[in-house]
Amino acid sequence: MEFKTLLTSAAIVALSAGFASAQDDATLSVDGEVIKTRADAPAFAENLDTVYSGWHFRTGETQVLQMDDFENPAFVFVDQGVDLFDKVEGSEGKACASCHEDVADFAGLRPTLPRVENGELVTMEDLVNECRTDRMGAEPWKYSGGQMTAVTALIGLQSRGMSINVAVDGDAASFFERGKDLYYQRVGQLDMACSNCHEDNYGVMIRADHLSQGQINGFPAYRLKNAKLNSAHGRFKGCMENIRATPFKVGGDEFKALELYLAARGNGLSVETPSVRN
Amino acid sequence: MRNIFTIAAVSVLSVTTAVAETAPSDVAFQDGSVMASLTGTAGDASAGRKTFMNRKLGNCLACHTNDDMPEQQFHGEVGPPLTGVGDRWEAAELRGIVVNAKMMFDGTIMPAFYIDSGYERPLKKFDGKSLLTAQQVEDVVAYLLTLKD
Ligand code: HEC
Ligand code: HEC
Ligand code: HEC
Repeated sequence: MEFKTLLTSAAIVALSAGFASAQDDATLSVDGEVIKTRADAPAFAENLDTVYSGWHFRTGETQVLQMDDFENPAFVFVDQGVDLFDKVEGSEGKACASCHEDVADFAGLRPTLPRVENGELVTMEDLVNECRTDRMGAEPWKYSGGQMTAVTALIGLQSRGMSINVAVDGDAASFFERGKDLYYQRVGQLDMACSNCHEDNYGVMIRADHLSQGQINGFPAYRLKNAKLNSAHGRFKGCMENIRATPFKVGGDEFKALELYLAARGNGLSVETPSVRN
Repeated sequence: MRNIFTIAAVSVLSVTTAVAETAPSDVAFQDGSVMASLTGTAGDASAGRKTFMNRKLGNCLACHTNDDMPEQQFHGEVGPPLTGVGDRWEAAELRGIVVNAKMMFDGTIMPAFYIDSGYERPLKKFDGKSLLTAQQVEDVVAYLLTLKD
């Protein structure tokens, strides 16, 4: 608890000084395990030296929620994911657990997604729904719905602490370029690009919000604002609507390409799933 | 008699306004400045102050601090502080900056508040619309001119 007080007072000092307080230099560890929340920026991110997890830009009070799985409100949903993983559904009479005996076997998967399979870019959500439709004979889950985020959080958690290592070359190169174009493309009545806020201005306040680099190493992320898990695509959609742009389709080609590009911008950071944000 | 006069006066007024108001696509820039008033009606600084802070209108506080508004809790830091901005810029320059800041500051993140085209993929309900009306721009400019050190 001493820690909490320290963090909070640091945040207050920064605020009252009224300058761009940038990222803080706190350390994130969860139950003794250190999570890498800063890393040398990948070479392709030529305008950044260091990449920072969004955790560094939150208040001390929000930060501590992620330091203890009993405090972390996302775990209510992770527990739902555990139940869903064991739930028999569909014409084949199977649950995920019928074929994937131990969810811990998914360790190492999150850091490599999205990835290209047979010329198509696939996300964690795609892989889960492929098993539901093709292997269970069940309805696909809604891409950003509560069942999907519960299970993708559970699977992501198995890789917590592992370094993101998304491939951007070979088959992935064209998707990466597409995602990069989208990242720098100005859209909406406010005519802004992701980069305007998350690359050019991270570390400063935009009214009540402290701008981060918009990293996705913590997704699905629990947001205090809506008290649920949010998919990365759901966040992209929200940011586009804030600049009064018509969002791309959740689960569609544009957002998948953007996800690949953003995930790779975080190469070297640890998987933080499930993170807590405001 | 009296009634007829009033009605006539009202319609003359509204006709004048319609004619005098410059459409977004007709605004003439000179080195980033806009010399002519967009409406021919003087701006109302106190209305401009409200537009400045309103999150659905100017939301200028999203990006600028402003010492004239201590009652507002959150001031953004993306752009320069606007305290004293009325000493630093002329009316025509401020009008140019608010209408379309990109004409003054190449590639700026600051949105253009009086354009109704040239942006991509707007949400449907904002398509073909400007962020502020001509009069709101004049009001904000009048307000900015009151911000003296
Ligand atoms: C007008 C500024 C603005 C623009 C433009 C913008 N965002 Fe954001 N974004 C925010 C704010 C404010 C937050 C919440 C604070 C933070 O984490 O930066 C946020 C949060 C995020 C997060 C969550 C980060 C985390 O650690 O949980 C992601 C991911 C993100 N944005 C992606 C994007 C993408 C992709 C785009 C472009 C399609 C975009 N943003 C455009 C302002 C913006
Ligand atoms: C009938 C068997 C079966 C069921 C039921 C099943 N899966 Fe699968 N799953 C597989 C097979 C087979 C693969 C492919 C493994 C491979 O490619 O090596 C797979 C692959 C995956 C992958 C990608 C793993 C990787 O490393 O590439 C994920 C994630 C996954 N399943 C999640 C789920 C979830 C969540 C459920 C329940 C909603 C589920 N699966 C139900 C058989 C099943
Ligand atoms: C998304 C951010 C953003 C918003 C919203 C915004 N501005 Fe700006 N503004 C900037 C930036 C950044 C600059 C500095 C110009 C540059 O170099 O890009 C600027 C510059 C200015 C300047 C010149 C200041 C100086 O001292 O040189 C004025 C005046 C100004 N803005 C007024 C406004 C008004 C009035 C509004 C609302 C109607 C507004 N701004 C909304 C970002 C913003």
